Amino acid sequence: MTTNQLSVRTGNNSSIIGVSAVLGIFLLFALLMMAFAKDAGMGTQALTFLVLGGGLFIGIGMWAGSLIDRDPFDESRYEDTLVKFGVAASMFWGLAGLLVGVIIALQLTWPSVFYFPEFGWTNFGRLRPLHTSAVIFAFGGNVLLATSFYVVQRTCRTRLAGGMWPWFVFWGYQIFIFLAATGYLLGITQSKEYAEPEWYVDLWLTLVWVVYLLVFLGTLWKRKEPHIYVANWFYLSFIVTIAMLHIVNNLSIPVSLTGSKSVQVFAGVQDAMTQWWYGHNAVGFFLTTGFLAIMYYFIPKRVNRPVYSYRLSIVHFWSLIFIYIWAGPHHLHYTALPQWAQTLGMTFSIMLWMPSWGGMINGVMTLSGAWDKLRTDPVVRMMVVSLAFYGMSTFEGPLMSVRAVNSLSHYTEWGIGHVHSGALGWVGYISFGALYCLVPWLYKRKGLFSKSLVEWHFWISTIGIIFYMVSMWFAGIMEGLMWRAYNEYGFLEYSFVETVEAKHISYIIRMLGGLLYFSGAAIMAYNLIRTALGHGEATELETATDPYAKPEPRAALAPAE
Amino acid sequence: MGLMNNHGILERHSILLTIGILVVVSIGGIIQMAPLMYMDNTIEKVDGMRPYTPLELAGRDIYIREGCYVCHSQMVRPLRDEVERYGHYSLAAESMYDHPFQWGSKRTGPDLARVGGKYSAEWQVDHLIDPRALVPESVMPPYAFLMDKKLKYDGIEDRLRTERLVGVPYTDEMIANAKGHILAQADPDNRGFDYYDSLVAEYEAAAGREGTVELRDWDGNPNEITEMDALVAYLQMTGTLVDFTTYEADDLSNRR
Amino acid sequence: MTDERRDIDDHSGIETTGHSWDGIKELNNPLPRWWLYIWYATIAWAIVYMIFMPALPALPGLGTNTTGLRNHSDRDLVAVAVADLKAARVDQSATLLEASLEEIETDRNLQQFALAMGESLFGDNCATCHGAGGRGAVGYPSLADDVWLWDGTLDGIEFTLRHGIRHDGDDETRFSIMPAFGRDGLLNAAEVGALSQHVLMLAGREADVEEAKIGAGLFSIHCATCHGDMGQGDRTQGAPNLTDTEWLYGDSEGEIYATIYNARNSHMPAWQDRLDDASIKALAVYVHTLGGGE
Ligand code: HEC
Ligand code: HEC
Ligand code: HEC
Ligand code: HEM
Ligand code: HEM
Ligand SMILES: [Ca+2]
Ligand SMILES: [Ca+2]
Ligand SMILES: [Cu+2]
Repeated sequence: MTTNQLSVRTGNNSSIIGVSAVLGIFLLFALLMMAFAKDAGMGTQALTFLVLGGGLFIGIGMWAGSLIDRDPFDESRYEDTLVKFGVAASMFWGLAGLLVGVIIALQLTWPSVFYFPEFGWTNFGRLRPLHTSAVIFAFGGNVLLATSFYVVQRTCRTRLAGGMWPWFVFWGYQIFIFLAATGYLLGITQSKEYAEPEWYVDLWLTLVWVVYLLVFLGTLWKRKEPHIYVANWFYLSFIVTIAMLHIVNNLSIPVSLTGSKSVQVFAGVQDAMTQWWYGHNAVGFFLTTGFLAIMYYFIPKRVNRPVYSYRLSIVHFWSLIFIYIWAGPHHLHYTALPQWAQTLGMTFSIMLWMPSWGGMINGVMTLSGAWDKLRTDPVVRMMVVSLAFYGMSTFEGPLMSVRAVNSLSHYTEWGIGHVHSGALGWVGYISFGALYCLVPWLYKRKGLFSKSLVEWHFWISTIGIIFYMVSMWFAGIMEGLMWRAYNEYGFLEYSFVETVEAKHISYIIRMLGGLLYFSGAAIMAYNLIRTALGHGEATELETATDPYAKPEPRAALAPAE
Repeated sequence: MGLMNNHGILERHSILLTIGILVVVSIGGIIQMAPLMYMDNTIEKVDGMRPYTPLELAGRDIYIREGCYVCHSQMVRPLRDEVERYGHYSLAAESMYDHPFQWGSKRTGPDLARVGGKYSAEWQVDHLIDPRALVPESVMPPYAFLMDKKLKYDGIEDRLRTERLVGVPYTDEMIANAKGHILAQADPDNRGFDYYDSLVAEYEAAAGREGTVELRDWDGNPNEITEMDALVAYLQMTGTLVDFTTYEADDLSNRR
Repeated sequence: MTDERRDIDDHSGIETTGHSWDGIKELNNPLPRWWLYIWYATIAWAIVYMIFMPALPALPGLGTNTTGLRNHSDRDLVAVAVADLKAARVDQSATLLEASLEEIETDRNLQQFALAMGESLFGDNCATCHGAGGRGAVGYPSLADDVWLWDGTLDGIEFTLRHGIRHDGDDETRFSIMPAFGRDGLLNAAEVGALSQHVLMLAGREADVEEAKIGAGLFSIHCATCHGDMGQGDRTQGAPNLTDTEWLYGDSEGEIYATIYNARNSHMPAWQDRLDDASIKALAVYVHTLGGGE
């Protein structure tokens, strides 16, 4: 046992050296790039990397130096500290992303007040990608990192593989976010939606992502359960597919190895197809399969009921990931993309409807036998409502994929309404639900600091979502109809600016909705921090009265059944 | 059910599961993307397309940098109202040199695929400086700072060379004279005078027709070549290249 | 799976798969029927749709994609839709093209048709510069008043629209260039200042009388050829009247100084390449009725 442990430890200590070496090499690159930077943006980005990466490097050194004979990667315990970091990062980036969302909503509502001619970098064109990346990649991504690390350990009954490497994934990912975000403000962008970061940030992310995949697979390899749990199928497909999408869509050639600008390999119609193959499946694999994985662990765990149907899991998993990939061209209806591709995009989107709903059915029906929890546990309610929104946006999506409908909805606020019913309702709520579960579990609390604050969060943000969606549906359909309206003499009835003017009221309502949603999230952050600190109802857990009926002490590995 | 039993194999072998996932998610993409590279009815046969001049390319980079694409599409769909409002529907050929494409996905502002030549350069400048001075209902941000920023084009030759690497037909002359061509297009009467003829000749030859290159002071400040010059030069040429008088919409491979 | 121990869920009475992950089990419920049938229906529909529409790409070297039984083409359809629309308007458009101002004013139907067409086109093509309803903006003349730079008759307006003002590439464009007196060194800064005072004076505004006197002398030498002896303007050259209260570029001393120093010579695009004849005529009628048509 001790020799075994020792060898494990030396193995893991090599991971510290490995991480330091990789980081060291990249720091060297960054130094060179800063020294020979072709443009100011590149210089700033390299400096940012040097500061963040250097800080990390020194941090690792100091921390490793303080290890005398303590095993930092004790195989008999779960790696939960990392999950705590992930939870904190999720809350931080979530608030930041939502705040930027509110700001850009304000800009469209009162442009004369919220644009600053002397601060061109705060213009809508630069802040919008900041918002989308912050909410999707920073908030969503950190939720996925934190939950996947938590879930894969529990469902494999083993500690995360790779010793220091999971920490590299976490901090490497934060560096990616930081470089991307500051890059947008500096005007560094490839202009490919949801893939805006430039080539060097893409490369860094590729590295981080491959390590993430290896850590995840490594943990699966050493699992102590014979079978891989369904949540992990979903996590795995999310990690693998995002890697594929990211690499192909970002194929580009830097103009100079020390400059920020790169040139896309594909052009025009081929580039458009590649972009929306990527873009649609960023939705499909980042915002859908990833979050379905969360659903498959946290709902059954929280309500303490078995997953509804194993067969449904299998059928909807494989059909979902197979069909999703084909649906990209529904973003390019009526464009110069050849129509055969549009047809495929449309038909596969329709066929995608039921596979999507499979996840919703499996989640909601898992509650059978525990429906009362909807009333008594606002966290469960949040997660179930998130499934309702998931069901709604995956019904709306196929509908919008019908070419005739899309000819009206495309380019309009309807699309924005659709995005946010999925984003606020589904992605947001399932994440909040998971965070509400995780904090008491990780900090071994009896419950949350305040359940009534969860109620407040739930109702405030639900009203916010409704404001957002209704106003955008209204604005989108109105503007779509106005664009194509003809007067009795057979001439276009409205000029473009009249449609802009007509949306003003909707913009105000959307902005209020966003503000409500943001306030809800702020309440959650407060509640979770107080929970972690052990205030209020969040007293220390006594194992005997564990309300979540966990068979073994939370952070220790149970022996095989 | 047999399938359900067999699934156990995948659940027990993470590598098989990974490979299974990879195979399943690869199929759709390959079938949709690969044919666009080899089928010859993907891009229409047209007259008039040429690579961007260096100034236009620099302007396009600013268009990208400022995120204009988040509000403006550059893709007129073949729908009656759009064709009436914006002009001829966009062809795939029109973006064949666009690395990356700028079709956009949201029209907070109007489509810009055919805005080239619709307004005057002065108007574009006035509008970019303060959109609401001209269009009070507008929600577009102000871009006055572009007037104060000198265009940086030290690396413009490398920029063109990289475009050529991915298939844009820039000639050696175009690359060698890139800096001169910027001067010629933004300051044709003074600093760029010597490159005037070369710019017009090179790019009209590439387009195969005359009158596709416009030279002038774009931003109303002839002493300085600013980012505003570049952006407006780009805007003023969007959608003007293809010669629709010779375009055969009925040709089977152009029907779509 | 036969090799695993079965157990039954107490609540539903359904068998589980026998596994447990961190306490989570799975029931072995069948696929919901309605779910499966709707899915089959969508698949069937998709196949039918793919048979009727262009759907499948060709393998390399094997020609073209399937074109579908309906032989559908968006591009054909939009051509037809636009042609239909034009056909519906063709009679009235033809009458409009022939009609004189009096004829249009007396034929209410024709007039309404022209105004509807003009208003529609004005919104997207002209209002960006000339403002909604032609109210004008700094640098872009109001079309709703009765001050005209060039020509306010119906034919005159039509000509302006067709050929534009200082539009490059149109030989008949309305053309005149006010020199950049300061920038091109024709006058020095003090002289431009003096002229500014004179112009203010012409417009009946408060000005430095001494300066203006000097300006008056310069004016008759340099400016009167275009703007007239009294600054009353000359519409054959598009030179604005400087004695009225309507200003193209703003009425501040600074703006006036800037005009004289740099000149403006702004452009109005020629529309005959973008819009058809009937559209231009309709726009002219519309502009003519905005306020100050002659
Ligand atoms: C917040 C959204 C937004 C952004 C970002 C934006 N615009 Fe606009 N743009 C608009 C709106 C709304 C209009 C219509 C009202 C108007 O003319 O100002 C418009 C109009 C225009 C027009 C006139 C088009 C026409 O046919 O009338 C041009 C040209 C234009 N924008 C160029 C740009 C450029 C170049 C950028 C980036 C540097 C940009 N816009 C960024 C919203 C935006
Ligand atoms: C790019 C901006 C722009 C657009 C678009 C534009 N104009 Fe103009 N227009 C001008 C400017 C500038 C002038 C004044 C030129 C001058 O200094 O003489 C002008 C002058 C005119 C005049 C002459 C006024 C006079 O007093 O003689 C008419 C009539 C006119 N415009 C009508 C239109 C109509 C109708 C449209 C739309 C089809 C239109 N304009 C579109 C900029 C524009
Ligand atoms: C060759 C003819 C010509 C000469 C000479 C000329 N102008 Fe002009 N002026 C014009 C034209 C044409 C315009 C309108 C320009 C435009 O629309 O950009 C104009 C516009 C102006 C305006 C702006 C009016 C407004 O409404 O904003 C002022 C002020 C003016 N001129 C003053 C002068 C003075 C002072 C001189 C002599 C130093 C002068 N001009 C000489 C042709 C001339
Ligand atoms: C069956 C599932 C779905 C289908 C078929 C679908 C279909 C569509 C369609 C047709 C569009 C509009 C494209 C356009 O006209 O521009 C769209 C946009 C979008 N959808 Fe969905 N959708 C689905 C589910 C979801 C979900 C669950 C989310 C979010 C969590 C989501 C997020 C988005 C986003 C972000 C866009 C905007 C893309 C852009 O233009 O930038 N979708 N979707
Ligand atoms: C406080 C809450 C939020 C507000 C006020 C908000 C506001 C906005 C605004 C104003 C836009 C630009 C729309 C336009 O261009 O017209 C936008 C776009 C977008 N937002 Fe949000 N947002 C919020 C939350 C979220 C969340 C939580 C997500 C994802 C998880 C998200 C994902 C997106 C996406 C993907 C787009 C781009 C849509 C497209 O391109 O079609 N947003 N948001
Ligand atoms: Ca990228
Ligand atoms: Ca200039
Ligand atoms: Cu999609």
